[in-house]
Amino acid sequence: MGESASVIMRQKVRDFSAWGRYPRVHGELVYGVSPEGLASLLKSGDPFIPLGNRRSYGDSALAARMLDVRPCNYMLDFDPDNGLLHAQAGVLLSDILETFVPRGWFLPVTPGTKHVTVGGAIASDVHGKNHHLDGCFSRWVKEISIILPGGQVVSCSRSKKPELFLATCGGQGLTGVILEAKFYLKKIDSCLLKQVTVRTNNLMETFDAFEQYRNMPYSVAWIDGTAKGPKTGRGIFTSASFMKGGDFDYRPHGSMDIPVDFPTFFMNKALLSGFNFLYYHRTQERVSYQQVVDIDTFFYPLDRIGQWNRLYGRRGFVQYHFILPKRQSLDGILEIMREIDRSGISPYLAVLKLYGMENRNLLSFPLEGYGLALDFKIQKGLFDLLDRLDNKVAARGGRLYLTKDSRMNRKMVEKGYPGVWQFRRFRRSHDMDKMFQSLQSRRLGL
Amino acid sequence: MMESVLILGAKSDIGKALAREYARHGYDLILAARDAGTALRDFASDLRIRSQRNVILRSLDILSVEAHEDFYFSLGKRPAGVICVIGYMGDQTAASKDFREFKRITDTNYTAVACFLNVVANDFQRRRKGFIIGISSVAGDRGRKKNYIYGASKAALSAYLSGLRARLYPHGVHVMTVKPGFVKTRMTMAIKLPPILTATPEDAARQIYTAQKKDKDVIYVKGRWRLIMGIIRLIPERIFKAYCNF
Repeated sequence: MGESASVIMRQKVRDFSAWGRYPRVHGELVYGVSPEGLASLLKSGDPFIPLGNRRSYGDSALAARMLDVRPCNYMLDFDPDNGLLHAQAGVLLSDILETFVPRGWFLPVTPGTKHVTVGGAIASDVHGKNHHLDGCFSRWVKEISIILPGGQVVSCSRSKKPELFLATCGGQGLTGVILEAKFYLKKIDSCLLKQVTVRTNNLMETFDAFEQYRNMPYSVAWIDGTAKGPKTGRGIFTSASFMKGGDFDYRPHGSMDIPVDFPTFFMNKALLSGFNFLYYHRTQERVSYQQVVDIDTFFYPLDRIGQWNRLYGRRGFVQYHFILPKRQSLDGILEIMREIDRSGISPYLAVLKLYGMENRNLLSFPLEGYGLALDFKIQKGLFDLLDRLDNKVAARGGRLYLTKDSRMNRKMVEKGYPGVWQFRRFRRSHDMDKMFQSLQSRRLGL
Repeated sequence: MMESVLILGAKSDIGKALAREYARHGYDLILAARDAGTALRDFASDLRIRSQRNVILRSLDILSVEAHEDFYFSLGKRPAGVICVIGYMGDQTAASKDFREFKRITDTNYTAVACFLNVVANDFQRRRKGFIIGISSVAGDRGRKKNYIYGASKAALSAYLSGLRARLYPHGVHVMTVKPGFVKTRMTMAIKLPPILTATPEDAARQIYTAQKKDKDVIYVKGRWRLIMGIIRLIPERIFKAYCNF
């Protein structure tokens, strides 16, 4: 029986891709993270990238050599007085929910899927529907323990090695292998939420809804990507807050699996306009109404369909996730949606969100303004279109989310992220650039 | 008061999965292994946090047979059940030349385990309750060219458990034999195993827990191994010796 966790084991080399299934890389996945195993991996000198549950969309976690941190999945300590959880990097957020929601605790910040690791949440500095009030995941992180290229394990925080902390949160795993983290969970009074829904007729109205409900802790809008002209930006806005009294009877939803790759022609314009039309009109009244929903329904609707990425077919998809400063948001998003409409390429899913203040991390995505995430099937003309959109986003002082990216160029990351220069210097001065490399870091020279 | 389960060989992947499974069903746990205090510290923290059960770590070298009684009676709270997951595959080639390796395989899989279970059996018989689960192997069902030394030790364990079951049955103590086939563990992660014959440690733990609750006597993990081993046992020796080179 396996008693030697220190042995590094290699899975057979094969093709890997992340959630977007684009691009694919022929690579080697290394398992078995132990201090000794890691030390020998680092000593070998071959570059690699740490990998969690592969829920980033593009190539930020892909490389010829990847280190799977999921076997490190122990929760090490929990303080019920203040909610501080000490966990290894491979612990999944879904495990945390199953363990702690029944005891009245919830994640302080959660992305739209619960199938991500703690290490991945830090490396992407993920955000959720409460960003406008609660910021990114890193805001709730007290301390990170990380192994550096030389093999030394150090812990960093805002006061201890702050430069390492600010580079690591949102740093896409490029500063070292995150081993453990201490972060705060948040107390809740119920596992149910009260949800308000508003149907809007155009982008202006959608923005108004965000402003009107900005004191609600959670909010997001689904946008009808197929609507044109004066209807551009219409959608369904939802916001919610946890209920005051209630039970903690959390039952994670099962998921229905998509067992095969759908043919690439499945996701086509007709199907999508039909779906968008029905989804939009499912909400009968224009006025807002209230309903009670559970955690999985509100936070993780897409997790109900396991591997929904297969709907896009073999060639995969790109999620174009950009953000614009607030005063540029309305004109900018309208301009971008017009450009998309002119191209004849339709986004299949569009999600809008109002973000709060920017944090100090070098490569975190959010800044104060509106962010829009658009799913596009890989198709002819798409990359030209996205290059044109890049110019518009950059011209208005916006940026793209590295965790979703698989194709932007160096200029784009340099324009969007002023911290990228410091990030590069920091990596070089600690030899991190030689040891930790992904397809993305090579493409963008991170 | 909560009932507890003692798991011997708790460092193994199946041992850990069983600990999680029994904790999930409300049992406290006593985990025994060599250097349990250090080797299982993080695992125990995780288990305590997830299950909110008591988890006690106890170091045990199963080969120190003289210490078994002291170990068992110093546990304080006597367990409701004992699960032995100890197993040592060893090196067949070395064992066929080197007596020490041969003895290590035989002692670890059979002699020492049986000595420990003797202590448990006597206690359970006196208390007229409890369950004992021994993890044997399909390798014990028929001696094969590639691993007959390991197989022989597991065959001995299976025979021992069968006799023990008959002895303890009238005293209300249940003994279950588990024969896993392929299990996907850290050690086999890199090896390609036939999926329909391979269980994850979690599958195995669930199946073992359910079977124990139903007082099953002998189970295979996965269940289809029962048919396969049934057929393998039926192959006449003159064919088996000449053609079955696995």
